[in-house]
Amino acid sequence: MKIVVDFDLCESNAICMQIAPDIFEVRDDDFLYVLNEEPGEEDRVRVDECVQRCPKQAISVEG
Amino acid sequence: MTRRSVTIVGASLAGLRAAEALRRQDFDGPITLIGDELHAPYDRPPLSKQFLAGDWGEDRLALTRPDKLDDLDLDLRLGVRAASFDLVSRRLGIVNLDDGAGDRGGEELVVDGLLIATGARCRTLRGSEGLDGVFVLRSLDDSLAIRAAFGAGPVRVVVVGAGFIGAEVAATARTQGLEVTMIESLPQPLSRVLGDAMGAVCAELHREHGVDLRTGMGVEAVEGEGRVERVRLSDGSVIEADVVVVGIGVVPNTEWLEGSGLRIDNGVVCDATCLAAPGVTAAGDVARWPNQRFGEVMRVEHWDNAVAQGAHAARRLLVGDGEAEPFVPVPWFWSDQYDRKIQMAGRIGPDDEMHIATGSLAERRFAAIYGRAGRLVGVLGFNRPRQVMRYRMLIESGATFEDAIAAEF
Repeated sequence: MKIVVDFDLCESNAICMQIAPDIFEVRDDDFLYVLNEEPGEEDRVRVDECVQRCPKQAISVEG
Repeated sequence: MTRRSVTIVGASLAGLRAAEALRRQDFDGPITLIGDELHAPYDRPPLSKQFLAGDWGEDRLALTRPDKLDDLDLDLRLGVRAASFDLVSRRLGIVNLDDGAGDRGGEELVVDGLLIATGARCRTLRGSEGLDGVFVLRSLDDSLAIRAAFGAGPVRVVVVGAGFIGAEVAATARTQGLEVTMIESLPQPLSRVLGDAMGAVCAELHREHGVDLRTGMGVEAVEGEGRVERVRLSDGSVIEADVVVVGIGVVPNTEWLEGSGLRIDNGVVCDATCLAAPGVTAAGDVARWPNQRFGEVMRVEHWDNAVAQGAHAARRLLVGDGEAEPFVPVPWFWSDQYDRKIQMAGRIGPDDEMHIATGSLAERRFAAIYGRAGRLVGVLGFNRPRQVMRYRMLIESGATFEDAIAAEF
């Protein structure tokens, strides 16, 4: 599974960071950083929730 | 529990996310999704921002991709309005709306599981309904109409109501260089939600961007011959106007449920698990339920709640009473105005203790946290998304206000 963030869409609402802080982090510069772009299958449910809950629909998953 | 089929009334955010949640739960029975607009499910937040500004087209509003919608294998009925429901017979009356080719009549469906997500509609200003140039903003068509009006030249815009929708419309209009007057009956914008001090920060933001903001002011009349020409205020002053956008709140769409046997009281009344009656749940703007985390009966009109409650209400239809879980979110919303991102999580009351955890009001970049009876109950951020989410997590964990003040993010 590969996480793809469309940074043109991302507005750093940080919902994903709340759901999966080990994968997504919004830093003090207000930008989102993906800490782990290829998490394992055990993280799929959480990552799917991030995709669902992103207000900008900026996150997608390949594979 | 075996559920044969599910009918979802309302094909916007809560309804669509509910349908997706049912399939994620491996529900493979028939799902009917009924929506009273002709558009495929679309996202509303951009309607007062990027879409209204003309920066985005309709293609960017879709809530899901066509192939993903197909994968859900729904009986999708667009341009169809629910007209009645009877809990005992489980008969749902639906009306095919006029698609330009005339009224196509109605029919009755007998439903098994029912998920109510009919949302809310805008309040209107009494006496202004027949005038051209007066708008509310809820739907894609509303936004298109306002966009066209804004594009008609150097129009003078009056925004009635400085809540989130009004404030975003004012910001978009100013960014386009239009002359904007915003009328607010409260002493400060949003002061009922954010308190006077934070309301004053919002007021200053708009005034700095050239909005003529009049607070503590009512609208006496919207006047004109056929189309709006002026707005008369409670202090006797008159503002010339070409376009009026009214953003004075919404009312839940529950009229179709009158006589259904369901309890209606400012929304569909649900239990703590989002169940309104056996096999009937509700989600989104239309649902009112006791949120046990806050000990408060809520009806939440935020985007994030529609997503989470849609999924929760869907799962609720698939489980028995013994396995049902209460819906206990920490409400959260955002509003983008000019270059500021305003976010709030939790519940803020006028008597709560407030502490500026980081930043300052003067630079309009801060996170303020709110405490009540020793607990952290809310956080408000201006351009502080990281901190807002951290404090939201603390609220979820039941942190004390003291611990929240001591925390560093």
